[in-house]
Amino acid sequence: MSAFPAFQALMRTDITLYFSSRRALVMNVVAPIAIAAFFGYVFSPQQQKAPHVAVAVVDLDGSALSKSVVAALSADASLDVRVASASEANTLVTNGKISAAIILPEKFGAMASSALFAAHDKPSITLIEDPSKAMEVSLVQGLLMQHAMQTVTSVAFSGGGMSTEMVSGWRRDLAAPDNTLPVESRSALAGLFDSLEKVQSQRAKQPATAAAAATTGNSGGMSQPFVLKKKSMTGGSEKQYNGYAHSFAGMSVQFILFMGVDLGVALLLARRLGLWKRLRAAPLSRATLLGSRMASGTIIAATLLALIFAAAIAFFGVRIYGSVPGFVAIGLAFSVMTATFGLFIAAVGKTPEATRGLAILATLIMVMLGGAWVPSFIFPQWLQTVSLAVPTRWAVDGFDAMTWRGLGFEAAIAPTAVLLGFAALFALLALWRFDWDE
Amino acid sequence: MLTAQSLNKSYAARQVVADISLHLEPGKILGLLGPNGAGKSTTVSMVCGLVPPDSGRIAFDDGVASDGRDSNAYKRRIGLVPQDIALYEDLPAGRNLELFGALYGISGKHLAVRVADALDLVGLSDRVNDKPSTFSGGMKRRLNIACALVHDPDVLLFDEPTVGVDPQSRNAIFDNLEALRARGKALLYTTHYMEEAERLCDRIVVMDHGRMVADDTLSGLLARLPHAEVLELDVGQTVDCTGLTALPGVVEAHEAQGVIHVRLKNMGGDAARVLDWCQQKALTVRRLNSTRANLEDVFLALSGRQLRDQA
Repeated sequence: MSAFPAFQALMRTDITLYFSSRRALVMNVVAPIAIAAFFGYVFSPQQQKAPHVAVAVVDLDGSALSKSVVAALSADASLDVRVASASEANTLVTNGKISAAIILPEKFGAMASSALFAAHDKPSITLIEDPSKAMEVSLVQGLLMQHAMQTVTSVAFSGGGMSTEMVSGWRRDLAAPDNTLPVESRSALAGLFDSLEKVQSQRAKQPATAAAAATTGNSGGMSQPFVLKKKSMTGGSEKQYNGYAHSFAGMSVQFILFMGVDLGVALLLARRLGLWKRLRAAPLSRATLLGSRMASGTIIAATLLALIFAAAIAFFGVRIYGSVPGFVAIGLAFSVMTATFGLFIAAVGKTPEATRGLAILATLIMVMLGGAWVPSFIFPQWLQTVSLAVPTRWAVDGFDAMTWRGLGFEAAIAPTAVLLGFAALFALLALWRFDWDE
Repeated sequence: MLTAQSLNKSYAARQVVADISLHLEPGKILGLLGPNGAGKSTTVSMVCGLVPPDSGRIAFDDGVASDGRDSNAYKRRIGLVPQDIALYEDLPAGRNLELFGALYGISGKHLAVRVADALDLVGLSDRVNDKPSTFSGGMKRRLNIACALVHDPDVLLFDEPTVGVDPQSRNAIFDNLEALRARGKALLYTTHYMEEAERLCDRIVVMDHGRMVADDTLSGLLARLPHAEVLELDVGQTVDCTGLTALPGVVEAHEAQGVIHVRLKNMGGDAARVLDWCQQKALTVRRLNSTRANLEDVFLALSGRQLRDQA
């Protein structure tokens, strides 16, 4: 007698029972779509607007230079600057209303300009920060550096009384007896100051040129020596990154693994209810009994994956920019792994209740480490390395590679092989630990 | 048809079945009677090929045995009705039967015929499309039986199939068993209900502590008792029964709560002497009851323990 009809009947029964369960469909299809839609919306590029960091500036100097720095900071689109007193700024940071406060000290103007070529008497700018907003504070720090440098050098090239004083001061520093610069360097700097004074004198004679330079953004001082053009590396130059792609990959992996847990727990329940004993009484080999479970689990998992990604494609604009065969290969390998994971749970579990709890905990840890909730690249380096030992990492990264990264089939080979390796491992452990006796 | 010879089974150091032998015949019901823990279910598990015996052999008369290469051929000729209701609750009754038929290699029209026949036998033809989750306990038990016979096995093993069943459903199950016997099936029926064994079984094997303590027909088992019948006399007072046990034909007598229980060899000849004794003692017999000895008495006589108390 061929074992195939029995194999087919067992497989069909599992699939029929699963897809006739409304609860299962809600849990494993509707829930992942809803949660992925939420995460995808929150993390989509459309929601990632340019930062607008609230910051206070305290100008204790009141010089032309400090006022220019405040004006430059206020004009920056990334900052929401309010001028405040020192105590007011402290309170705002403490209450979390702003991310940081910049305090420009007294004599800032005089000291900053003279300190450009000297190592002494640099003014101290105080940055009061909210420690919970480290990323925003870093941004403020960078912008402060940029605007202070641009403003100071702009003044140096401007050609007014202040700029003349500035260069005179630099010459004094250069000639000071404690200056340790080599003679050649001092000579070269003196030449630079000569050239600068020429520029200042030309500017002084042609104020219109200076005004024109200001309107074109070329103030005549130092400026950022490049223009930054951002380009997202997605599946194609004309394709836009879709934040839903990652969230759907993560949530489908998580909820399909939950289905695998259900598969294992169902086997334990069948054992408890005597159904397993009855199946064992039939003329069926162990391969037929467990193999049919593995096949049905694989088909169910693959169907769920197809349904979830169909919704992602139809309603959320997710596209497989990479290799479609690669996506299918990773999907099938992950489905096989899910089925064998279920068998493994059935093999090591004792009671359905206790096993379900432990298996869900294990699944959540795997999913978390796999980058299904938050992308794995934000993990610390050691954790990124450790998470390579978790199959979910390969599944999520594999789906990302085939969807928004738009990589070719060769990028699917490693995830597919690793997932199949885990499937083989789970299957062997299940066969080893499965209790066949009643 | 099927013979189990000298079966032994131990788990760790505990021997649960010791030297059990059974012989199942077509058109006969063999009862396996014993209290819980007597080894009945383990014996059934061995006979249906689920658990290999440590020693002994189980084989059909044509040589097909439960172990080795024949095991699948052997299993195809066995139908198991487990103690638990082993059904897919959310699969319609007909689909349950189709599945179990397919497990035994039946398909197509033959499967459809077998499903219809099995449902007809257990009286569930009109519920073919209903899910067992909507059935009463008795109906589930009957569907449980149908699943075991859908592949038309030669031997059917019933492991306490009436546990938790109401009297009406129990009678329906008994009718099913008798119908199967009439079809020439060999049935092994395990129970700890002596009434069921008395009513159904052509032959009864009594088990206790994994051992076979008797194997006989009901009349043969009763004949082993020193008494055949029991007389109960409600005299409403405490009585010293010493004189009563000295009477000819009285095997044993005792009084409990004002009722005298007297075990007699022959009701017709011995009952009159007991009544005379009561009259001599000036006892007023308020109520009189006579019963035949039963399997409870047999088990008590053979094992020194109450069957029902152990259940």
